[in-house]
Amino acid sequence: MALKGNLRTFSIVQLLNLIHLARKSGLLRIRGPNGQEAELYFQQGKLAYAALSHRPNGLLDILYQAKRLSKQQYRALKERTSRYSDRELGLMLVNAGYFTPIEILNTLKAAYRDVVRTLFTWREGEFVFDSHAPPPKGKIFVRLGLENLIIEGSRHLREWERLEEEIPSLKVAMKFVEQPRTNVQNLNLSPEEWRVLSYVNPRNTLEKIARALKLSDMEIRRIVYGLLQAGLVELVRPENEPLPEIKLAFSDRPKEERLSLLNKIIDRIRRL
Amino acid sequence: MQTVKIVVTGPFNAGKTQFIRTVSEIDVVSTERKLSADTERQVKESTTVAMDFGRITIDENLVLYLFGTPGQRRFDFMWEILSEGMLGFIVMVDSTRPETFHEARSILETFKSFAPTPYVVAANKQDLEDAWDVEDLRIALRLGPNVKVVPCVATDKESVKRVLLELLYSIIEYLDEMESTEQQRSSQR
Repeated sequence: MALKGNLRTFSIVQLLNLIHLARKSGLLRIRGPNGQEAELYFQQGKLAYAALSHRPNGLLDILYQAKRLSKQQYRALKERTSRYSDRELGLMLVNAGYFTPIEILNTLKAAYRDVVRTLFTWREGEFVFDSHAPPPKGKIFVRLGLENLIIEGSRHLREWERLEEEIPSLKVAMKFVEQPRTNVQNLNLSPEEWRVLSYVNPRNTLEKIARALKLSDMEIRRIVYGLLQAGLVELVRPENEPLPEIKLAFSDRPKEERLSLLNKIIDRIRRL
Repeated sequence: MQTVKIVVTGPFNAGKTQFIRTVSEIDVVSTERKLSADTERQVKESTTVAMDFGRITIDENLVLYLFGTPGQRRFDFMWEILSEGMLGFIVMVDSTRPETFHEARSILETFKSFAPTPYVVAANKQDLEDAWDVEDLRIALRLGPNVKVVPCVATDKESVKRVLLELLYSIIEYLDEMESTEQQRSSQR
Protein backbone atom coordinates (compact mmCIF):
# COMPACT_ATOMS: atom_id res chain seq x y z
CA MET A 1 0.00 0.00 0.00
CA ALA A 2 1.26 3.47 -0.86
CA LEU A 3 2.19 5.82 1.96
CA LYS A 4 0.41 9.13 1.40
CA GLY A 5 0.33 12.41 3.26
CA ASN A 6 1.26 16.04 3.34
CA LEU A 7 4.55 17.55 4.50
CA ARG A 8 2.52 19.98 6.57
CA THR A 9 1.66 17.21 8.99
CA PHE A 10 4.48 14.75 8.32
CA SER A 11 7.72 16.55 7.59
CA ILE A 12 10.37 15.47 5.11
CA VAL A 13 12.67 14.70 8.06
CA GLN A 14 10.07 12.36 9.58
CA LEU A 15 9.58 10.77 6.18
CA LEU A 16 13.31 10.18 5.68
CA ASN A 17 13.56 8.83 9.20
CA LEU A 18 10.77 6.36 8.52
CA ILE A 19 12.38 5.19 5.25
CA HIS A 20 15.75 4.92 6.99
CA LEU A 21 14.54 2.98 10.04
CA ALA A 22 12.22 0.66 8.12
CA ARG A 23 14.89 0.19 5.43
CA LYS A 24 12.27 0.86 2.82
CA SER A 25 12.69 0.60 -0.95
CA GLY A 26 10.47 2.49 -3.34
CA LEU A 27 9.68 5.69 -5.12
CA LEU A 28 8.79 8.89 -3.26
CA ARG A 29 6.97 11.58 -5.23
CA ILE A 30 6.30 15.00 -3.73
CA ARG A 31 4.25 17.79 -5.23
CA GLY A 32 5.71 20.92 -3.68
CA PRO A 33 5.20 24.68 -3.85
CA ASN A 34 4.74 26.61 -7.13
CA GLY A 35 4.02 23.44 -9.09
CA GLN A 36 7.45 21.94 -8.40
CA GLU A 37 7.77 18.18 -8.11
CA ALA A 38 10.40 15.90 -6.66
CA GLU A 39 11.12 12.25 -7.33
CA LEU A 40 13.34 10.18 -5.05
CA TYR A 41 14.14 6.52 -5.22
CA PHE A 42 15.28 4.53 -2.19
CA GLN A 43 16.85 1.09 -1.91
CA GLN A 44 16.82 -0.57 1.51
CA GLY A 45 16.60 2.71 3.38
CA LYS A 46 19.30 4.45 1.35
CA LEU A 47 18.84 7.20 -1.20
CA ALA A 48 19.51 5.89 -4.71
CA TYR A 49 18.27 8.71 -6.90
CA ALA A 50 16.74 12.18 -6.56
CA ALA A 51 15.50 14.78 -9.02
CA LEU A 52 13.50 17.98 -9.08
CA SER A 53 11.15 18.75 -11.95
CA HIS A 54 12.27 22.37 -12.25
CA ARG A 55 16.00 21.59 -12.45
CA PRO A 56 17.84 19.86 -15.31
CA ASN A 57 18.65 16.46 -13.89
CA GLY A 58 20.37 14.48 -16.63
CA LEU A 59 23.89 13.20 -15.93
CA LEU A 60 25.45 15.71 -18.34
CA ASP A 61 23.60 18.62 -16.71
CA ILE A 62 24.70 17.51 -13.28
CA LEU A 63 28.35 17.14 -14.36
CA TYR A 64 28.24 20.55 -16.02
CA GLN A 65 26.63 22.24 -13.00
CA ALA A 66 29.26 20.65 -10.77
CA LYS A 67 31.88 22.22 -13.06
CA ARG A 68 33.22 18.82 -14.08
CA LEU A 69 32.65 19.71 -17.75
CA SER A 70 33.41 22.90 -19.62
CA LYS A 71 30.66 24.61 -21.60
CA GLN A 72 32.21 23.37 -24.86
CA GLN A 73 32.49 19.78 -23.62
CA TYR A 74 28.93 19.95 -22.35
CA ARG A 75 27.57 21.20 -25.69
CA ALA A 76 29.55 18.69 -27.75
CA LEU A 77 28.55 15.76 -25.56
CA LYS A 78 24.93 16.88 -25.42
CA GLU A 79 24.74 16.87 -29.20
CA ARG A 80 26.39 13.48 -29.58
CA THR A 81 24.67 11.64 -26.76
CA SER A 82 21.15 12.99 -26.80
CA ARG A 83 19.68 9.50 -27.19
CA TYR A 84 21.73 7.93 -24.40
CA SER A 85 20.25 7.14 -21.03
CA ASP A 86 22.27 8.30 -18.01
CA ARG A 87 23.56 4.76 -17.48
CA GLU A 88 24.73 4.44 -21.08
CA LEU A 89 26.24 7.89 -20.98
CA GLY A 90 28.04 7.17 -17.70
CA LEU A 91 29.49 3.98 -19.14
CA MET A 92 30.62 5.81 -22.25
CA LEU A 93 32.30 8.57 -20.20
CA VAL A 94 34.12 5.99 -18.08
CA ASN A 95 35.20 3.91 -21.07
CA ALA A 96 36.42 7.01 -22.87
CA GLY A 97 38.53 7.86 -19.82
CA TYR A 98 36.77 11.18 -19.05
CA PHE A 99 35.80 10.12 -15.55
CA THR A 100 36.29 7.28 -13.11
CA PRO A 101 33.12 5.56 -11.83
CA ILE A 102 33.85 6.99 -8.37
CA GLU A 103 33.98 10.53 -9.73
CA ILE A 104 30.62 10.13 -11.42
CA LEU A 105 29.03 8.56 -8.33
CA ASN A 106 30.39 11.27 -6.02
CA THR A 107 29.10 14.03 -8.29
CA LEU A 108 25.69 12.38 -8.39
CA LYS A 109 25.67 11.93 -4.60
CA ALA A 110 26.33 15.65 -4.14
CA ALA A 111 23.54 16.53 -6.58
CA TYR A 112 21.06 14.17 -4.89
CA ARG A 113 21.98 15.58 -1.48
CA ASP A 114 21.26 19.01 -2.88
CA VAL A 115 17.80 17.88 -3.99
CA VAL A 116 17.04 16.68 -0.46
CA ARG A 117 18.29 20.00 0.95
CA THR A 118 15.81 21.78 -1.29
CA LEU A 119 13.07 19.53 0.06
CA PHE A 120 13.92 20.66 3.59
CA THR A 121 12.61 24.09 2.56
CA TRP A 122 9.24 22.69 1.51
CA ARG A 123 6.78 23.03 4.37
CA GLU A 124 3.85 21.79 2.40
CA GLY A 125 3.35 19.24 -0.36
CA GLU A 126 1.41 16.08 -1.07
CA PHE A 127 3.63 13.02 -1.01
CA VAL A 128 3.21 9.42 -2.08
CA PHE A 129 5.69 6.68 -1.30
CA ASP A 130 5.13 3.62 -3.43
CA SER A 131 7.17 0.58 -2.47
CA HIS A 132 6.08 -1.30 -5.59
CA ALA A 133 6.93 1.38 -8.12
CA PRO A 134 9.67 0.42 -10.57
CA PRO A 135 12.99 2.32 -10.26
CA PRO A 136 13.37 5.30 -12.63
CA LYS A 137 14.50 4.03 -16.03
CA GLY A 138 18.07 4.46 -17.24
CA LYS A 139 19.21 6.41 -14.17
CA ILE A 140 22.41 5.79 -12.23
CA PHE A 141 21.82 4.76 -8.63
CA VAL A 142 24.01 5.57 -5.64
CA ARG A 143 23.86 4.34 -2.05
CA LEU A 144 23.56 7.39 0.14
CA GLY A 145 22.93 6.86 3.86
CA LEU A 146 20.19 9.06 5.26
CA GLU A 147 21.59 9.58 8.79
CA ASN A 148 23.48 12.80 8.06
CA LEU A 149 20.69 14.17 5.93
CA ILE A 150 18.23 13.57 8.76
CA ILE A 151 20.48 15.47 11.19
CA GLU A 152 20.87 18.28 8.67
CA GLY A 153 17.11 18.32 8.13
CA SER A 154 16.47 18.60 11.88
CA ARG A 155 18.74 21.65 11.96
CA HIS A 156 16.73 23.13 9.10
CA LEU A 157 13.54 22.50 11.07
CA ARG A 158 14.91 24.44 14.03
CA GLU A 159 16.01 27.23 11.71
CA TRP A 160 12.57 27.20 10.14
CA GLU A 161 10.89 27.54 13.52
CA ARG A 162 13.08 30.53 14.31
CA LEU A 163 12.46 32.15 10.94
CA GLU A 164 8.75 31.60 11.36
CA GLU A 165 8.92 33.38 14.70
CA GLU A 166 10.75 36.29 13.11
CA ILE A 167 8.50 36.51 10.06
CA PRO A 168 5.21 34.85 11.03
CA SER A 169 3.32 35.76 7.88
CA LEU A 170 4.23 36.11 4.21
CA LYS A 171 1.26 38.40 3.65
CA VAL A 172 3.35 41.41 4.64
CA ALA A 173 5.35 43.64 2.32
CA MET A 174 8.74 45.35 2.58
CA LYS A 175 9.90 48.88 2.15
CA PHE A 176 13.40 50.36 2.26
CA VAL A 177 14.22 52.00 5.57
CA GLU A 178 14.56 55.74 5.25
CA GLN A 179 18.00 55.92 6.81
CA PRO A 180 19.65 52.52 6.35
CA ARG A 181 22.28 51.64 8.92
CA THR A 182 24.26 49.94 6.17
CA ASN A 183 25.52 51.15 2.83
CA VAL A 184 24.15 48.81 0.15
CA GLN A 185 27.35 49.16 -1.87
CA ASN A 186 29.38 47.69 0.99
CA LEU A 187 27.16 44.65 1.28
CA ASN A 188 28.04 41.31 -0.26
CA LEU A 189 24.62 40.21 -1.38
CA SER A 190 24.01 36.96 -3.21
CA PRO A 191 22.30 37.09 -6.63
CA GLU A 192 19.13 35.77 -4.98
CA GLU A 193 19.20 38.52 -2.35
CA TRP A 194 19.63 41.13 -5.10
CA ARG A 195 16.66 39.67 -6.93
CA VAL A 196 14.49 39.90 -3.81
CA LEU A 197 15.77 43.42 -3.18
CA SER A 198 14.63 44.44 -6.66
CA TYR A 199 11.07 43.55 -5.67
CA VAL A 200 11.03 45.62 -2.49
CA ASN A 201 7.88 47.67 -2.72
CA PRO A 202 4.96 48.09 -0.28
CA ARG A 203 2.68 46.70 -2.98
CA ASN A 204 4.48 43.34 -3.18
CA THR A 205 3.78 40.85 -0.42
CA LEU A 206 6.53 38.37 0.46
CA GLU A 207 4.19 35.68 -0.85
CA LYS A 208 4.06 37.41 -4.23
CA ILE A 209 7.84 37.87 -4.37
CA ALA A 210 8.40 34.20 -3.50
CA ARG A 211 6.03 33.16 -6.25
CA ALA A 212 7.67 35.44 -8.81
CA LEU A 213 11.18 34.24 -7.96
CA LYS A 214 10.20 30.61 -7.42
CA LEU A 215 11.44 30.63 -3.84
CA SER A 216 10.08 28.39 -1.13
CA ASP A 217 8.57 29.87 2.05
CA MET A 218 11.77 29.14 3.91
CA GLU A 219 14.05 30.62 1.27
CA ILE A 220 12.12 33.89 1.11
CA ARG A 221 12.00 34.08 4.91
CA ARG A 222 15.75 33.48 5.16
CA ILE A 223 16.56 36.17 2.60
CA VAL A 224 14.13 38.70 4.10
CA TYR A 225 15.49 37.95 7.57
CA GLY A 226 18.99 38.74 6.30
CA LEU A 227 17.81 42.01 4.76
CA LEU A 228 16.02 42.93 7.99
CA GLN A 229 19.11 42.15 10.04
CA ALA A 230 21.22 44.27 7.70
CA GLY A 231 18.81 47.13 8.44
CA LEU A 232 18.01 47.63 4.75
CA VAL A 233 14.29 46.99 4.80
CA GLU A 234 11.38 46.93 7.19
CA LEU A 235 8.15 44.98 7.09
CA VAL A 236 4.98 46.90 6.37
CA ARG A 237 1.34 46.17 5.73
CA PRO A 238 0.82 45.77 1.95
CA GLU A 239 -0.29 49.04 0.40
CA ASN A 240 -3.13 47.63 -1.64
CA GLU A 241 -4.52 45.48 1.14
CA PRO A 242 -7.52 46.95 2.94
CA LEU A 243 -7.18 47.19 6.70
CA PRO A 244 -9.19 44.56 8.57
CA GLU A 245 -12.62 45.72 9.62
CA ILE A 246 -12.24 46.10 13.36
CA LYS A 247 -14.17 48.37 15.59
CA LEU A 248 -11.96 50.10 18.08
CA ALA A 249 -13.67 50.97 21.29
CA PHE A 250 -15.28 54.44 21.01
CA SER A 251 -14.47 54.74 17.30
CA ASP A 252 -18.19 54.98 16.47
CA ARG A 253 -18.74 57.85 18.93
CA PRO A 254 -18.59 61.54 18.05
CA LYS A 255 -15.20 63.11 18.67
CA GLU A 256 -16.23 65.01 21.81
CA GLU A 257 -17.81 62.00 23.44
CA ARG A 258 -14.85 59.82 22.56
CA LEU A 259 -12.41 62.31 24.04
CA SER A 260 -14.51 62.63 27.14
CA LEU A 261 -14.59 58.84 27.66
CA LEU A 262 -10.85 58.52 27.14
CA ASN A 263 -10.18 61.43 29.48
CA LYS A 264 -12.35 59.74 32.10
CA ILE A 265 -10.14 56.66 31.88
CA ILE A 266 -7.00 58.79 32.02
CA ASP A 267 -8.26 60.64 35.12
CA ARG A 268 -9.18 57.41 36.85
CA ILE A 269 -5.79 55.86 36.19
CA ARG A 270 -4.01 58.96 37.43
CA ARG A 271 -5.99 58.69 40.67
CA LEU A 272 -5.22 54.99 41.21
CA MET B 1 -22.59 49.47 31.30
CA GLN B 2 -19.86 49.91 28.71
CA THR B 3 -16.67 47.89 28.89
CA VAL B 4 -13.37 48.52 27.13
CA LYS B 5 -10.37 46.28 26.88
CA ILE B 6 -6.60 46.69 26.95
CA VAL B 7 -4.53 43.62 26.11
CA VAL B 8 -1.18 42.98 27.77
CA THR B 9 0.95 40.61 25.74
CA GLY B 10 4.59 39.57 25.53
CA PRO B 11 6.94 36.61 25.80
CA PHE B 12 6.95 34.05 28.57
CA ASN B 13 7.89 35.49 32.00
CA ALA B 14 7.88 39.10 30.79
CA GLY B 15 5.77 40.16 33.80
CA LYS B 16 2.29 40.44 32.29
CA THR B 17 0.43 38.85 35.21
CA GLN B 18 2.28 41.06 37.72
CA PHE B 19 1.55 44.17 35.63
CA ILE B 20 -2.21 43.52 35.78
CA ARG B 21 -2.10 42.48 39.44
CA THR B 22 -0.45 45.80 40.39
CA VAL B 23 -3.35 47.97 39.20
CA SER B 24 -6.38 45.69 39.17
CA GLU B 25 -9.04 46.47 41.77
CA ILE B 26 -10.08 42.82 41.89
CA ASP B 27 -7.87 39.85 42.55
CA VAL B 28 -6.55 38.95 39.15
CA VAL B 29 -8.38 35.99 37.74
CA SER B 30 -5.38 34.03 36.67
CA THR B 31 -5.38 30.62 35.05
CA GLU B 32 -1.87 29.55 35.91
CA ARG B 33 -0.64 26.01 35.52
CA LYS B 34 2.55 24.20 36.39
CA LEU B 35 4.99 24.32 33.51
CA SER B 36 5.78 21.15 31.65
CA ALA B 37 8.85 22.16 29.63
CA ASP B 38 12.10 21.88 31.60
CA THR B 39 13.65 25.00 30.07
CA GLU B 40 10.61 27.07 30.95
CA ARG B 41 10.47 25.59 34.47
CA GLN B 42 14.01 26.86 35.07
CA VAL B 43 12.63 30.39 34.69
CA LYS B 44 9.41 30.07 36.68
CA GLU B 45 7.20 27.38 38.14
CA SER B 46 3.82 28.27 36.68
CA THR B 47 2.52 30.24 33.71
CA THR B 48 -0.67 31.66 32.29
CA VAL B 49 -2.35 29.08 30.07
CA ALA B 50 -5.53 30.90 29.14
CA MET B 51 -5.49 34.50 30.29
CA ASP B 52 -5.24 36.90 33.20
CA PHE B 53 -8.10 39.15 33.83
CA GLY B 54 -8.06 42.40 35.83
CA ARG B 55 -10.53 45.25 36.21
CA ILE B 56 -10.50 49.01 36.82
CA THR B 57 -13.91 50.65 37.31
CA ILE B 58 -13.88 54.07 35.64
CA ASP B 59 -17.38 55.15 36.74
CA GLU B 60 -20.82 53.61 37.10
CA ASN B 61 -21.13 53.32 33.30
CA LEU B 62 -17.65 52.39 32.20
CA VAL B 63 -15.28 49.56 33.12
CA LEU B 64 -11.77 48.94 31.84
CA TYR B 65 -10.66 45.33 31.62
CA LEU B 66 -7.05 44.27 31.38
CA PHE B 67 -6.42 40.99 29.64
CA GLY B 68 -3.06 39.24 29.85
CA THR B 69 -2.28 36.79 27.11
CA PRO B 70 -0.23 33.67 27.49
CA GLY B 71 3.39 34.13 26.57
CA GLN B 72 4.31 30.98 24.74
CA ARG B 73 3.81 30.58 21.03
CA ARG B 74 1.80 27.40 21.39
CA PHE B 75 -1.06 29.53 22.68
CA ASP B 76 -1.15 31.68 19.55
CA PHE B 77 -4.77 30.78 18.91
CA MET B 78 -5.84 32.87 21.92
CA TRP B 79 -4.39 36.09 20.63
CA GLU B 80 -6.77 36.56 17.75
CA ILE B 81 -9.77 36.11 20.05
CA LEU B 82 -8.35 38.54 22.62
CA SER B 83 -7.51 41.25 20.13
CA GLU B 84 -11.15 41.62 19.07
CA GLY B 85 -12.57 44.96 20.12
CA MET B 86 -9.62 46.14 22.13
CA LEU B 87 -8.70 49.74 22.82
CA GLY B 88 -5.00 49.13 22.43
CA PHE B 89 -2.29 46.74 23.54
CA ILE B 90 0.89 46.68 25.57
CA VAL B 91 3.83 44.48 24.65
CA MET B 92 5.73 43.59 27.81
CA VAL B 93 9.39 42.80 27.37
CA ASP B 94 11.73 41.49 30.04
CA SER B 95 14.59 43.99 29.62
CA THR B 96 17.02 41.56 31.26
CA ARG B 97 16.46 38.66 28.86
CA PRO B 98 17.68 39.47 25.35
CA GLU B 99 16.96 35.90 24.29
CA THR B 100 13.25 36.78 24.40
CA PHE B 101 13.50 39.93 22.27
CA HIS B 102 12.97 38.22 18.96
CA GLU B 103 9.84 36.53 20.30
CA ALA B 104 8.59 39.90 21.56
CA ARG B 105 9.04 41.34 18.10
CA SER B 106 7.24 38.42 16.56
CA ILE B 107 4.32 38.81 18.99
CA LEU B 108 4.21 42.49 18.12
CA GLU B 109 4.07 41.74 14.40
CA THR B 110 1.32 39.17 14.97
CA PHE B 111 -0.82 41.58 16.96
CA LYS B 112 -0.27 44.37 14.46
CA SER B 113 -1.44 42.07 11.68
CA PHE B 114 -4.66 41.23 13.59
CA ALA B 115 -5.68 44.81 14.07
CA PRO B 116 -4.21 48.24 13.37
CA THR B 117 -4.54 49.21 17.02
CA PRO B 118 -2.39 51.62 19.04
CA TYR B 119 0.24 50.01 21.22
CA VAL B 120 3.21 50.74 23.44
CA VAL B 121 6.17 48.59 24.42
CA ALA B 122 6.77 48.29 28.17
CA ALA B 123 10.43 47.65 28.95
CA ASN B 124 9.89 45.73 32.17
CA LYS B 125 12.31 44.95 35.04
CA GLN B 126 14.11 48.26 34.58
CA ASP B 127 14.96 48.15 38.29
CA LEU B 128 17.31 45.22 37.75
CA GLU B 129 20.99 45.78 37.25
CA ASP B 130 21.32 43.94 33.95
CA ALA B 131 18.26 45.54 32.32
CA TRP B 132 18.85 46.83 28.80
CA ASP B 133 18.45 50.52 28.26
CA VAL B 134 15.15 51.42 26.52
CA GLU B 135 16.93 52.93 23.52
CA ASP B 136 19.04 49.78 23.11
CA LEU B 137 15.83 47.77 23.34
CA ARG B 138 14.32 49.90 20.60
CA ILE B 139 17.20 48.96 18.30
CA ALA B 140 17.12 45.29 19.30
CA LEU B 141 13.37 45.12 18.66
CA ARG B 142 13.77 47.14 15.45
CA LEU B 143 11.14 49.66 16.54
CA GLY B 144 10.72 52.93 14.69
CA PRO B 145 11.23 56.28 16.44
CA ASN B 146 7.46 56.82 16.63
CA VAL B 147 6.86 53.70 18.75
CA LYS B 148 6.72 54.46 22.46
CA VAL B 149 9.05 52.30 24.55
CA VAL B 150 8.17 53.00 28.16
CA PRO B 151 10.46 51.97 31.05
CA CYS B 152 8.52 49.81 33.48
CA VAL B 153 8.70 47.99 36.79
CA ALA B 154 5.59 45.82 36.89
CA THR B 155 5.57 45.64 40.70
CA ASP B 156 5.49 49.43 41.01
CA LYS B 157 2.02 50.99 40.70
CA GLU B 158 3.26 54.39 39.48
CA SER B 159 5.30 52.73 36.78
CA VAL B 160 2.37 50.60 35.59
CA LYS B 161 0.13 53.68 35.59
CA ARG B 162 2.64 55.50 33.40
CA VAL B 163 2.58 52.70 30.82
CA LEU B 164 -1.22 52.69 30.76
CA LEU B 165 -1.34 56.47 30.44
CA GLU B 166 1.16 56.48 27.58
CA LEU B 167 -1.02 53.95 25.78
CA LEU B 168 -4.13 56.07 26.33
CA TYR B 169 -2.35 59.17 24.98
CA SER B 170 -1.37 57.12 21.92
CA ILE B 171 -5.01 56.07 21.50
CA ILE B 172 -6.16 59.69 21.48
CA GLU B 173 -3.48 60.58 18.91
CA TYR B 174 -4.44 57.55 16.83
CA LEU B 175 -8.15 58.36 16.82
CA ASP B 176 -7.36 61.96 15.83
CA GLU B 177 -5.21 60.73 12.96
CA MET B 178 -7.96 58.35 11.84
CA GLU B 179 -10.44 61.18 11.86
CA SER B 180 -8.27 63.55 9.84
CA THR B 181 -7.56 60.77 7.29
CA GLU B 182 -11.28 60.15 7.02
CA GLN B 183 -11.92 63.88 6.52
CA GLN B 184 -9.26 64.06 3.80
CA ARG B 185 -10.85 61.11 2.02
CA SER B 186 -14.33 62.61 2.10
CA SER B 187 -13.06 65.97 0.83
CA GLN B 188 -11.34 64.16 -2.08
CA ARG B 189 -14.61 62.46 -2.96
